[in-house]
Amino acid sequence: MSQIEVLKDRKSQIHLKGSEPFEMTCDRHSLSGSVSQRACVFCGSRVVLYPIADALHLVHGPIGCAAYTWDIRGALSSGPELHRMSFSTDLQETDVIYGGEKRLYAALTQLIDQYQPKAAFIYATCIVGIIGDDVAAVCSRVSREKGIPVLPVHSEGFKGTKKDGYRAACDAMFKLVGREDTADVSPFSINILGEFNIGGEAWIIRKYYEKMGVQVVSVMTGDGRVGEIGRSHGAALNVVQCSGAMTSLAEMMQKEYGIPFIRVSYFGLEDTAKALYDVARRFPDNPEILTRTMDLVKNEIRAIEPDLKEYRKDLEGKRAAIYVGGAFKAFSLIRALKTLGMEVVLAGSQTGTDEDYRILEQMCDEGTVILDDANPVELSKYVIEKDADLFIGGVKERPIAYKLGVGFCDHNHERKIPLAGFIGMYNFAKEVHSTVTSPVWKFAHRRRRV
Amino acid sequence: MKRADAKTTAAAAAPVTKGKEKKKGKENYRPTRNACKLCAPLGAALAFKGFSKTIPFLHGSQGCATYIRRYLISHYREPVDIAASNFSEEAAIFGGQKSLLLGLENVCRQYRPEMIGLATTCLSETIGDNVPMFLKEYRKGREDGPPVVHVSTPSYRGTHAEGFHEAVRAVVESLATAPETPSREGINLFPGMVSPADIRHLKEIFKDFETEVTILPDISETLDGHLWSEYIRMPEGGTPIQKIRGSGRARASIEFGRVLSGQKSAGKSLEERARVQCFSLGLPIGVSESDRLFQTLSELTGHRVPERYNAQRERLLDAYVDGHKYVSGARAILYGEEDLVIGLAAFLSEIGITPVLCASGSKSGLLKEKLSQVTPDISKIQVEEGADFSDIEEIAAQSAPDIFIGSSKGYRIARALNLPLVRAGFPIHDRIGGPRIIHLGYQGAQALFDRIANALIEKRQSDSKVGYGYM
Repeated sequence: MSQIEVLKDRKSQIHLKGSEPFEMTCDRHSLSGSVSQRACVFCGSRVVLYPIADALHLVHGPIGCAAYTWDIRGALSSGPELHRMSFSTDLQETDVIYGGEKRLYAALTQLIDQYQPKAAFIYATCIVGIIGDDVAAVCSRVSREKGIPVLPVHSEGFKGTKKDGYRAACDAMFKLVGREDTADVSPFSINILGEFNIGGEAWIIRKYYEKMGVQVVSVMTGDGRVGEIGRSHGAALNVVQCSGAMTSLAEMMQKEYGIPFIRVSYFGLEDTAKALYDVARRFPDNPEILTRTMDLVKNEIRAIEPDLKEYRKDLEGKRAAIYVGGAFKAFSLIRALKTLGMEVVLAGSQTGTDEDYRILEQMCDEGTVILDDANPVELSKYVIEKDADLFIGGVKERPIAYKLGVGFCDHNHERKIPLAGFIGMYNFAKEVHSTVTSPVWKFAHRRRRV
Repeated sequence: MKRADAKTTAAAAAPVTKGKEKKKGKENYRPTRNACKLCAPLGAALAFKGFSKTIPFLHGSQGCATYIRRYLISHYREPVDIAASNFSEEAAIFGGQKSLLLGLENVCRQYRPEMIGLATTCLSETIGDNVPMFLKEYRKGREDGPPVVHVSTPSYRGTHAEGFHEAVRAVVESLATAPETPSREGINLFPGMVSPADIRHLKEIFKDFETEVTILPDISETLDGHLWSEYIRMPEGGTPIQKIRGSGRARASIEFGRVLSGQKSAGKSLEERARVQCFSLGLPIGVSESDRLFQTLSELTGHRVPERYNAQRERLLDAYVDGHKYVSGARAILYGEEDLVIGLAAFLSEIGITPVLCASGSKSGLLKEKLSQVTPDISKIQVEEGADFSDIEEIAAQSAPDIFIGSSKGYRIARALNLPLVRAGFPIHDRIGGPRIIHLGYQGAQALFDRIANALIEKRQSDSKVGYGYM
């Protein structure tokens, strides 16, 4: 086959464990002309705030940004579903010339009157920054007139990376914190941060905490409500998953309200158990919490262990490639795959930090390829070289895997199956098993044995 | 565990206001709620995917390329590589020339394309990047490099449909050469935004007419391909660059789309520049519109319609008769690109289904006029240009429809009204096989007819308490 060339400027973002001392460039703007798998600042803000189901999400800009983010995530709501609507000011050429503020004002007032949201988020897209609309001024005017928080989200696509979008979302959300009464909040209480209720995951996790005797004040943002966020400052602890997205909110809450935070993950048995224990240990005044946690973990693991063992029989020794948004998820996936007896041959992320990649490097075996901000050409090069049996990623990675005859597990926001918690590990194992052991691969070119 | 499907849909929660209230003009401005359109760069990127070894390149933010890739991949289920200049804040302030030149260089190195399809986004358009000048600069010393075709597609102007046609026009205008004397080598076909299966069928038809055809663009292989043994940066297939260059020597062009016929287009541009006569036909859906295609082909090639197509046509008519009572009198909601809506409306009126609502996110100003050419009584049809799915939902709720026909984006509305949705066009994000849906020719009409009739039959069957096993 023709040699796949890695662009010179990209070489420092690729590391082969064991081949050289670890040093990796990351956290930088994507190279021009590279088909990056990353999205933009807007995308970062949109994914974080999207699950807040009783808020209005209005995208201020031309139609594309709103159209591509209409009801695409599996973030579920137990009540209102306003988040599943896609609203856009749909700017036209004349607005670009004369400014879009009038349209924004008209759109906001109409939509608030029609849908009666509890708050509104206004996402500024690329050209809003360029044409100089004073989004904040329009927001505060409408907020005064309508009596609800109307929050600008500074998510112009070119102003950094997806991570900057996370921060912009946290900044907007922080303005909601502290608005509601916290009288009935227990001292044994937490906020769940960075859990988006994909396929109902937040409900699973919330139930664990409730069984432990810990009150969940708010989930940010899965099945999220403006009112819950408003009283989240009453919680004793912030428990942050998907830390890349939500750490900045936790930090702001620590500074302003003195709420400590811990980082956790709910993917895989080990990480889920560790998360629950870490939270339980934060409440030494109530030792029953820890006792209940031990029972819970034992029972949950016992319930799925036999099935996991069965799956493991078929999966032992199979090779997996992981390419996900945040590196923290990759850590959990490596551990979860080890539970299934699988070997990780490629691990990468869109937005990992230097520290993330150092941890990743330590967790991986010799010969594992570590990638930052990769593109399809690089991903496929290493999937082939490492002869992977499974690829874990999102929709953009799926056809790469399939074309090359490799199984695929969607671990992104579009999925419908909960992969968090203990039951999530069972679902994950089942999903991995169903793709890796499918008979279709024997027809794939790379694996054709007939 | 709580289940989402037990809850009210956002659709049902929205208070109903009259869709008709939405009229153009500033004072009556309404925000777009669940758009029935996409942005122009998506259409351009899709069109570029239909030219041989062409890499689409968006000059703007990274997110545009990523979102568009995700959207296209979810329909075609094929890798869709789209490069971008990945604007930084610096580029947005000082101009995107540096990003563009570096990007082009990198994409050439990594992809070795035969052509680069460069579409601008709202960002680069708004900051006023002079792309033609940047490209002139880029060309210096790179005269042998692949052609870079530039199309201006800010998403604040037009929709994906316009972006698609503009990109095709840009390709033809930049590459096709006008011969000294008109020659008569084959026929150009501008099919518009149709499925890979449609294009494969059109190729067969031309083959049976023993006529060389240049299909612009041709996504039949590039977006509905095979398994690979290595990563293929640009899949095989697409209109060969040589054939694009030679399109000025064709004996005629055929373009599909009654709305397109009233707009600037690649076909008409070629007619002006290279005197290649352009025949504008409706999208050939149903018997009458397909007849026009076969008739035109017969006249242009001097061949009689091949027997197999007469047979397909006869079989279709037989099916129309066999199934007419299941469909006659039904009321349909149609939505999508204007030309698709017109084509479907033409077909439905042949079988006694009234398209009570014909809606599109585009605003050509031509939809009603063109619909009246293919339907017997336009007064029975509510025509909505510039519509979004909330408008469609509100109108549908008041028009007692029986069936929805269009992309998967209408699913939630159809579901809320407990009505069948027959999936057609783009995108199909909730089923396998979107690229293999065939709409065109007698064969396409046959497939659509069977699916529509069966959807209505199934609805009656499942609504009935009896459990009929015989319909």
